[in-house]
Amino acid sequence: MAIPKVFGTETEYGIAAAGAPDFNPVLSSSLLISTYAGSLRRIRWDYEQESPLRDARGFEPVPAREGSDEDLGLANVILPNGARYYVDHAHPEYSTPECITPRALVIHDKAGERILERSLDEVLTSMPSAPPLSIYKNNSDGKGNSYGTHENYLMDRSLPFGDIVRDLTPFFVTRIVFTGAGKVGAEAPWDERGHSIYQLTQRADFFETEVGLETTLKRPIINTRDEPHADPESYRRLHVIVGDANMCEVSTFLKIGTTAIVLKMIEDHALPDLSIVNPVQALHEVSRDVTCTREVTLTDGRQVSAVQLQWEYLEHAKKYVEREDDTPENREVVELWESTLGALESDPLTLHRQLDWVAKYRLLQAYRDRDDLEWSDPKLRAIDLQYHDVRRNKGLYYRLEASGKVDRITSDAEVERAVMEPPEDTRAYFRGRCISKYPDAIAAASWDSLIVDTGADALQRIPMREPLRGTKQHVDGLLAQADTAAQLVELLQS
Amino acid sequence: MPQEQEQKKVQKKGGGDESDADAGQVQSSTKAAELKEEMDDILDEIDSVLEENAEEFVKSYVQKGGE
Repeated sequence: MAIPKVFGTETEYGIAAAGAPDFNPVLSSSLLISTYAGSLRRIRWDYEQESPLRDARGFEPVPAREGSDEDLGLANVILPNGARYYVDHAHPEYSTPECITPRALVIHDKAGERILERSLDEVLTSMPSAPPLSIYKNNSDGKGNSYGTHENYLMDRSLPFGDIVRDLTPFFVTRIVFTGAGKVGAEAPWDERGHSIYQLTQRADFFETEVGLETTLKRPIINTRDEPHADPESYRRLHVIVGDANMCEVSTFLKIGTTAIVLKMIEDHALPDLSIVNPVQALHEVSRDVTCTREVTLTDGRQVSAVQLQWEYLEHAKKYVEREDDTPENREVVELWESTLGALESDPLTLHRQLDWVAKYRLLQAYRDRDDLEWSDPKLRAIDLQYHDVRRNKGLYYRLEASGKVDRITSDAEVERAVMEPPEDTRAYFRGRCISKYPDAIAAASWDSLIVDTGADALQRIPMREPLRGTKQHVDGLLAQADTAAQLVELLQS
Repeated sequence: MPQEQEQKKVQKKGGGDESDADAGQVQSSTKAAELKEEMDDILDEIDSVLEENAEEFVKSYVQKGGE
């Protein structure tokens, strides 16, 4: 029986400073985060349970530990909403708290954009000498460098990893028809057309293998990082690196919602073998086809389009949801998935209110028509980048939103609330509430632990190995009884 | 900026750019004129939100590290 899907996203944001090419992106990222976090930056990230080099296929981890960004004094904070906000190499990165509904994830993903926007605003208003920074929620600089938007899903440890690889790869190759964020240009070395094409995804060109541990070189469609951030006997965390950063709420909702249902079907062995011949090449081809009609070859010999293959996943999902998992959330995902595939089949460009790649394509097309520009014109690449600017008065996605040209799933009030408030139905609630209530007594935190300084000689570690424990329902009574962190630890131990 | 526009036209004639065939194959049911009318306000906004020297800015936009 499939386990409940707990999920979250990690987004590395692009950072630039107009007219100041010598600015330091590492220190600037740290400045954004520490300015936003204020006194919370004192709380350390607890690395004890982390093992990013462990491989889900059972390989031994490499024991060497390199100096982390935190050793260099770079910002790495846990926020009252349960999120992690930190410097990842040369980017500010935001990891949402754990969520259990796609709608909640969209809200928290958007809250991340607001936090970046606010950080930028605080730095630029309080530090006149700071470089003129700007922040982009995208995945490529157009010059062969990509930065990631990763999804994470809680999975049953007992499921053979090979089942995930077999059943998920065809889904990932073809879901880009609705998850793609759109991009002007090709960055794969073999594609000589350079800037003169438009692709569905920002990321496809950076994927070169089917399965592997890497995230920065020879990127695999299925990433094998095995770092559960939960009880390792029961769970794995599927670390998905093949997705795009989405601005459109419908794109994010579908990306997370459909993937979560497919993963449950995989755990329940509810899918036939839909393997694609040469999935890496298919990913590149599907990304290069704005008509969404190009066919891929399945290992059973059939030729189907990406949309047709998605229909097959959907048909199985409809039956599965009805039979095994009939929740309002799943019904909403399935209905939206179905209407989206229907539109993709009849005319993809009608989805300009829902999907990033279509909204951006339409914007670029209109601009090209007005000014009679070639696709290779650098102005179009500037527009592409500007679509992803997190500032609501500057970002082109947000200008479309302001004029009512894209569909919303969230309200501004919900997103604003999620800037400070954790989801109530996962362990993020306990983490976030403890950060809010006992900020001076939390010495460190991670996804699955809190380290509390009760004033005693030794620090106390509160393990949080179950992602669905520590919800509002579980801990609100406890938190109400504990005025101090020391009382909290006492109550937990009694 | 007549100079700039002229340059673009020259480029188009001589450039042998295959972009229209590659990226522009879907005109679909949305006719260019309708699209223009509906998008006029946002197109006007684009120029005001792009960075000054947008073309230079996007050329210098380089991101290292990550993931």
